[in-house]
Amino acid sequence: MITLNNITKSFDGTEVLKGISMAFEPGKTNLIIGQSGSGKTVLLKCLLGLHQIDSGKMHFNDQAFGEMDEEGRRTLRREMGMVFQGSALFDSMTVLENVMFPMQMLTDKNQAEIKSVAEAVIERVNLENANNKLPAELSGGMQKRVAIARAVVMKPKYLFCDEPNSGLDPKTAIVIDNLIREITQENNITTVINSHDMNSVMEIGDTILFLKDGVKAWEGSKDLIFNTDNEAVNDFVYSSNLMKKIKQVHT
Amino acid sequence: MLRLVFIKPTKGKVMRKLIFKDIQDLIIGSLGIVAFLSFFVGGVVSIQTALNIESPLIPKSLVGFATRQSVILEFAPTFMSIILAGKVGSFITSSIGTMRVTEQIDALEVMGINSVNYLVFPKIISMLLLPIVINFSMFLGILGGYAATIYGGLSSSADFIEGIQLDFRPYHVVYAFIKTLVFAMVLATIPSYHGYYMKGGALEVGKAATVAFVWTSVVIIVLNYFITQLLLA
Repeated sequence: MITLNNITKSFDGTEVLKGISMAFEPGKTNLIIGQSGSGKTVLLKCLLGLHQIDSGKMHFNDQAFGEMDEEGRRTLRREMGMVFQGSALFDSMTVLENVMFPMQMLTDKNQAEIKSVAEAVIERVNLENANNKLPAELSGGMQKRVAIARAVVMKPKYLFCDEPNSGLDPKTAIVIDNLIREITQENNITTVINSHDMNSVMEIGDTILFLKDGVKAWEGSKDLIFNTDNEAVNDFVYSSNLMKKIKQVHT
Repeated sequence: MLRLVFIKPTKGKVMRKLIFKDIQDLIIGSLGIVAFLSFFVGGVVSIQTALNIESPLIPKSLVGFATRQSVILEFAPTFMSIILAGKVGSFITSSIGTMRVTEQIDALEVMGINSVNYLVFPKIISMLLLPIVINFSMFLGILGGYAATIYGGLSSSADFIEGIQLDFRPYHVVYAFIKTLVFAMVLATIPSYHGYYMKGGALEVGKAATVAFVWTSVVIIVLNYFITQLLLA
């Protein structure tokens, strides 16, 4: 479980996160949604320790992130997996090498063992025929699946995904969303996903944090978000013509 | 950044692989251009020296002597390092910069890997082989001078060989290797710094490579002055 208590973060005097408090539970897909510039990516980078928070507290289970030294943070990061928006695969390595990489760097397992674990994870994300391909030879959806495989190969306790289905067609996006949810539930991972895609909200939004201008404007689940009275949430959710049409049909 | 290069090292087996890859990319990959430039510049130095000797009182062996001195003292260590700042330096900046832009460095950090050590340390170690490249450059520079002198009919083989043996001081070679090692550090670290800390997108990668080349060249020229003052004056 990850708990945030009154997190603030500023850049050059501009407050980007204004007192965010939230609990992200294990075994659930926790979504952070909001418009571009609302502070989603900054919050995710704070959770990863790539940005230092100005005030507030972050706990990963019982470990207070702010009180750890650099070594402690590196150790904690080994319990984290991250799926980047652009996949961030190592472009000089094949799919198999990308997935093997974290184990080669951080464990003492032998090469055969590492290879067999990596192949099993690649199979889990349905990419068994792409082992020897380079990232540049893969489609966007396949690259995302490799990124997911690399993120979960070390069996992380925490999985972070930044816009995991951006740039993907709706069908592939649903495949990626469902894959993340399945892996989250299978391994009881605390998964935090940044998204502004309403399809993802409908598919996998177990817990939703809605950010507006760096403030927590709403918190709930996919079942509640379509019936809330919160003006900011409604403005965001029903911004597209498709969602407006659905609302009209329902009312 | 230099402190981060040496703390929290990457696993030995992985690091060995990275070092061999960087030796291939940075050192072995540069031998072709070094050979080509050294041979022809050595030739040009000897032609110009020969054509400027008008007085019959000046011995023809001066062509070999001047070629040797120019190549060993300045051309091979200093100007070859500046040429490599363009080739090796821009390769380092653009490869690390591209990793920054595509979030690959963030990916390393999130995995708990010291990305500075992983990316920069193997480059520093492989650049320690630069004196071998410079040695190769010295040899081919003098060979180029010899070929241009003999085939251009500017002097005899005996005169040229007498010239390259004339007043030879091994300390000059030591001096050249000392400054080459200093330049190797500059060639590995300044481009790495500009690549690692760059911000922006693909366009900025190109800009960072240019800035890195300019700074690397400036630092090499300034250090060359001080090292020469210190070791030869």
